[in-house]
Amino acid sequence: MAKKILMAHGAGGKLSAQLLQEVILPAFDNEILRELHDGAKLGQLAMTTDSYVVRPIFFRGGDIGKLSVCGTINDLAVTGATPKFLSVGIILEEGFDLDALKKIVGSMAAAAREAGVKIVTGDTKVVGRGQADGIFINTAGIGELIDGVNISPRNVRTGMKILLSGFIGDHATTILAGRHGLELPENICSDCAPLNELIDEMLAAEPKIAMLRDATRGGLSAVLNEIAQAAGVGILLDEEKIPVRDEVRGVCDILGFDVLELANEGKIVAVVPAESAEKILSVMRRNVYGRHAALIGEVVTNSAGKVGLRTSIGGVRIVDMPTGELVPRIC
Amino acid sequence: MADTLKLVKKISRLADGKKSLRFMEVCGTHTVAIFRSGIRQILPDNVELVSGPGCPVCVTNDDYIDKAIAYSRRKNFIVATFGDMLKVPGSRSSLAAASAEGADVRIVYSPLDAVKIAEENSRKQIIFLAVGFETTAPTAAATVLAAQARGVKNLFMLSAQKLVPPTLRVLLDDAAVKVDGFLLPGHVAVVIGAKAFNFLADEFKISGAIGGFEADEILSALVSLLEQLDSGRAQVTNNYRAVVTDEGNVAAKKILSQVYEVTDADWRGLGKIPASGLRMRDEFAAFDIERVEPIEIERVEKKSACRCGEVLRGVIKPTDCPLFGKACKPLHAIGPCMVSVEGVCAAWFKYGGNNFKW
Repeated sequence: MAKKILMAHGAGGKLSAQLLQEVILPAFDNEILRELHDGAKLGQLAMTTDSYVVRPIFFRGGDIGKLSVCGTINDLAVTGATPKFLSVGIILEEGFDLDALKKIVGSMAAAAREAGVKIVTGDTKVVGRGQADGIFINTAGIGELIDGVNISPRNVRTGMKILLSGFIGDHATTILAGRHGLELPENICSDCAPLNELIDEMLAAEPKIAMLRDATRGGLSAVLNEIAQAAGVGILLDEEKIPVRDEVRGVCDILGFDVLELANEGKIVAVVPAESAEKILSVMRRNVYGRHAALIGEVVTNSAGKVGLRTSIGGVRIVDMPTGELVPRIC
Repeated sequence: MADTLKLVKKISRLADGKKSLRFMEVCGTHTVAIFRSGIRQILPDNVELVSGPGCPVCVTNDDYIDKAIAYSRRKNFIVATFGDMLKVPGSRSSLAAASAEGADVRIVYSPLDAVKIAEENSRKQIIFLAVGFETTAPTAAATVLAAQARGVKNLFMLSAQKLVPPTLRVLLDDAAVKVDGFLLPGHVAVVIGAKAFNFLADEFKISGAIGGFEADEILSALVSLLEQLDSGRAQVTNNYRAVVTDEGNVAAKKILSQVYEVTDADWRGLGKIPASGLRMRDEFAAFDIERVEPIEIERVEKKSACRCGEVLRGVIKPTDCPLFGKACKPLHAIGPCMVSVEGVCAAWFKYGGNNFKW
């Protein structure tokens, strides 16, 4: 490993995993942490934390504040918990615009209100100019685990179906476009949203949902590879069933990105018993954040630990764990 | 979908009873598109696709990377680059490592972004890494013209632009390279025109088909190559008529020749190829960092079992290299073919190569 931290160490791919395994986890090791879920389960409670450094701070469909609240809420919800309380830590750079800060905390409050979550404690620090980039936010959250629900890769079985809550790649495309001044059509904006209500409804319809993940950093590829590896199963996807907007596909073609690796901030992947897949789908489609939900694949016995994609022309190709930072290619 | 099946059937029918056939896809974008769409797995066993030298990052040699790193370490220099150059190993380091050590390296999506960086950082020297083929060279040329028009004096190019047709000639003169036809790069043809590839059939009696990047477009180009072999008459067909004309993009060609002149170029794995690169004309020397502020780099002889050179010429498959998938993986790439997302080895590794069976 390189002796210094590279940007790719923070990109959610293989280098991030390496950093976690070699540096972070050995230092803090305990039986709860070892589960490596989005949230830790503590008796009847679940807890999680996340830090937000997104640039640009404001983007179509949200801002760093909305993201920081929704992200933590979603991490709790996919653990099978009802999010209840959040803490907020804000690090501000000297000279940051006060109106921008007001707008950011305003959208944090709105997101928390929508999700029925209270922000109950917090901290603010200011550092000198150049010591931070505008604003960084950390949030931590506590939720109550829902009775009778057990979200764990151990419950994943052959034949189970893979559900996805809607179009992928919108968030990453919006952010990349914002960062690089690309013009996008009106309908493309970040999907950043609190998904706890959607997940509640899904779990009410089928408490035996085996796995839930929000497909953030590393996108669908990372999340499904992690599930396949943790559960020791193969996952076979159907390319034609995965909802992708034409505009997002276009941006991916131009920049050389694989849409499966693009980050989302309002999309969940669920591994569900085959017999209740249709029922859960119809529940999802009734929720505003699951309108375009689709059945995208299934759990199979062969190629354990791997994810395959049946392409639109009928071949099957491997879907690898993303390696690191998304970088635009030359031509 | 129905069309796809028809194309696949047609390929099977045309290939049936023939000897083993090898087609080279020249362009890295084709390599990735072929893997992503699973085309390799539905082709008949006697039709093999080999990848060529069409990934700009892969054919950029160590010296260039070493120079870019050396410039990036100078005080008050900013290096602006397309992202896939970041991780490319030079002889000792990479731009990603230089960036982690404090060099100011910025990813841009278009060379024109570099003009903006130059205007916003008037006290610094901005170097754009102008790497690529005929597809990106016109935008680099346009960037130089824009900088000139706007009076930007702190933007420079470190230039290693390359040309595709001369390289195909070198491949065809190489006895080790055995191909029955070329799947030609649609993006390059958009700029230089379909006619620019006619020499393949006229001089070398070898088939070519200019293809787009969707699965159907690639398949129909392959059909065209097989039909040519069937008829015994080599041609260069334009299977990407929606965007490729005979003459190409006249405006782009014009600014290319306004800013650049053709020169010899060093290719990784292929060595020096006459008249295969672009150099800024003397009128634009003020934008050429190597002429404004030349830099000496220490040449390091790298001893490595890396066989990128042969991979880039389609002589061996990535899996024939002793390092592939063992010492050389995307996370710690030894050869440049493993670095770029469009690198042959990276694509083979990521998508399981020919051996991937579900």
